[in-house]
Amino acid sequence: MNQATLYALTGVMLFVMGLRAFLLYAHLLRKILAFNIMGSGIFLLLVGIAGRVPNAAPDPVPHALVLTGIVVSVSFTAFGLVLLRRIYAKTGKTQLTDRMEHTNTE
Amino acid sequence: MWAVLLPLATATLAFLADRRAATWLIFPGAVSILASVSGLLRQVWLFGPQRHMVGGWSAPLGIELYADGLSASLLAMTAVVMSTAGFYAVQTIRRGGSHTEGCDNDFFWPLWFFLWATLNAVFLSRDIFNLYITLELLVLCSVPLLTLAGSGAALTAGMRYLLVAMLGSMCYLLGVVLLYARYDTLSIPHLGALIEPAPATLTAIALITSGLLLKTALFPLHFWLPGAHGNAPTPVSALLSGLVVKASFYLLLRLWLGAFSGALSPAAGEYLGILGSGAIIWGSLLALRQVRLKLVIAYSTVAQIGYFFLLFPLATSELARSSGHPDWVAMAGSGVLYFLISHALAKASMFLAAGCIAHAAGSDRLSELIGIGRYLPVSVFALALAGVSLIGLPPSGGFVGKWLMLTAAFGSGQWWWAIVMSVGGLLAAAYVFMVLRQAVVFRLVDIRFYEVPAGMQWTALVLALLSLLLGVSGEAPFDLLEIGSPFSPPPVDGSVP
Repeated sequence: MNQATLYALTGVMLFVMGLRAFLLYAHLLRKILAFNIMGSGIFLLLVGIAGRVPNAAPDPVPHALVLTGIVVSVSFTAFGLVLLRRIYAKTGKTQLTDRMEHTNTE
Repeated sequence: MWAVLLPLATATLAFLADRRAATWLIFPGAVSILASVSGLLRQVWLFGPQRHMVGGWSAPLGIELYADGLSASLLAMTAVVMSTAGFYAVQTIRRGGSHTEGCDNDFFWPLWFFLWATLNAVFLSRDIFNLYITLELLVLCSVPLLTLAGSGAALTAGMRYLLVAMLGSMCYLLGVVLLYARYDTLSIPHLGALIEPAPATLTAIALITSGLLLKTALFPLHFWLPGAHGNAPTPVSALLSGLVVKASFYLLLRLWLGAFSGALSPAAGEYLGILGSGAIIWGSLLALRQVRLKLVIAYSTVAQIGYFFLLFPLATSELARSSGHPDWVAMAGSGVLYFLISHALAKASMFLAAGCIAHAAGSDRLSELIGIGRYLPVSVFALALAGVSLIGLPPSGGFVGKWLMLTAAFGSGQWWWAIVMSVGGLLAAAYVFMVLRQAVVFRLVDIRFYEVPAGMQWTALVLALLSLLLGVSGEAPFDLLEIGSPFSPPPVDGSVP
């Protein structure tokens, strides 16, 4: 197994681990962190893909995708964290409450 | 090109300027964007699909902007809804006090125009990574707008939407990465030519589809939508229901019909159709159970989104199934798109009317809206007209869309979707009448009503009238949609359009 394949497989594993954490944990900060791990997994997969032709120069397009993805990921994380703090300040909770709450009360 | 640049420029200027200067920017900004969109519409009408390579870089590194009839009509729809909802927002801000619902925030107008820029970019892009970026930007613009309302419900709904959107984006991105790894291209027409059913490809398609379904809130992934649309500031709700959910549906449409068509089996469309039917029934039933007006409208959006997804079984499985009836495909396509556009107008109108009503009555609980028809005849009339389009009664745009879809369903022998659509229409009538019943009761109840500016009410009415106008405007919109239509079969010689 060459290096590129190793990166790709690790990336996919990170994605799956992040997905599990995202779905299982209720605390919002954990969800945001899990999202970051999923993102990193995808970026690692992209790096692996860049090297998919052995003994040749790496493909630059996946690198561009990774950079763009990092920017997106950072902005989402930043906004998510600020929103989390606002929710905590407003409601004192760090988990999303039962979704039926919004439908039948004011 | 200008369609994307102008709102970006307006947004940046609005952000840099202070609040008073920003209000002077809104009107010229909106007018210039409307002008550029109409210019583009005219060009597409006269000369066919338009292409523009940003910065002169060609593929695969460059970004190609592409406008065909479908893009142009959606751009026009966006421009109309954003201008009228923006006018409503200006009126709301001018009214001041506790009724602004957060629209007087410093960030409102920059976010508004950024959202406009992003929507235009979605409808003009043709490579899957650029579409990913625009999807992200949509979320990054919509969620802050939604949370400007400031209430706990709005904040938690915004957080839920954000998390769902993040999950959807990650799935979409993984799908894009897998497709790139296999086919070395990000451009939709190239993918359409190269694609074939392989495990990696099918996984990628499944991931991309799931991500987009999360963002379009198709049943059963719709759980985030009612809270988000029901608790946002009124003009923002109009945008979210009217435009933002359409953007991810548009993406799905482009991808399924343009890029994935070679790899999907005929049965794939049926799955989406089944989910769509579930959305219609479930969304309408839940709408009947709501006690708040805005939530009725939000659940109605959940239901109407189901109609859009009936496009897939009507158009794709037909393609693979019978040979001599391409007309049904084009008819189904035009029908769904007509329905989509008239739904955008009607739903935005309903939200704006609901906002007026909620301002007047002080709350939007249905039980407190009894007899409001006496005080706000314009708003209630707008609500009724928009409801007409949603139910699909003639002569509205919704009727034309549904008629085409029903004809296509019967014509291609898939009569079961017609049953679902009819049931959906009945249920829509039920919840529209449920709302109107409250409003039209002429009981002399002693309730305090606040004054609502005429501008706000008439905005809602204008949108509803436009939705009706679509129904009587004849052939022209269909000819526009036909230009560069994604529903015609791909060229036989494999050339890339």
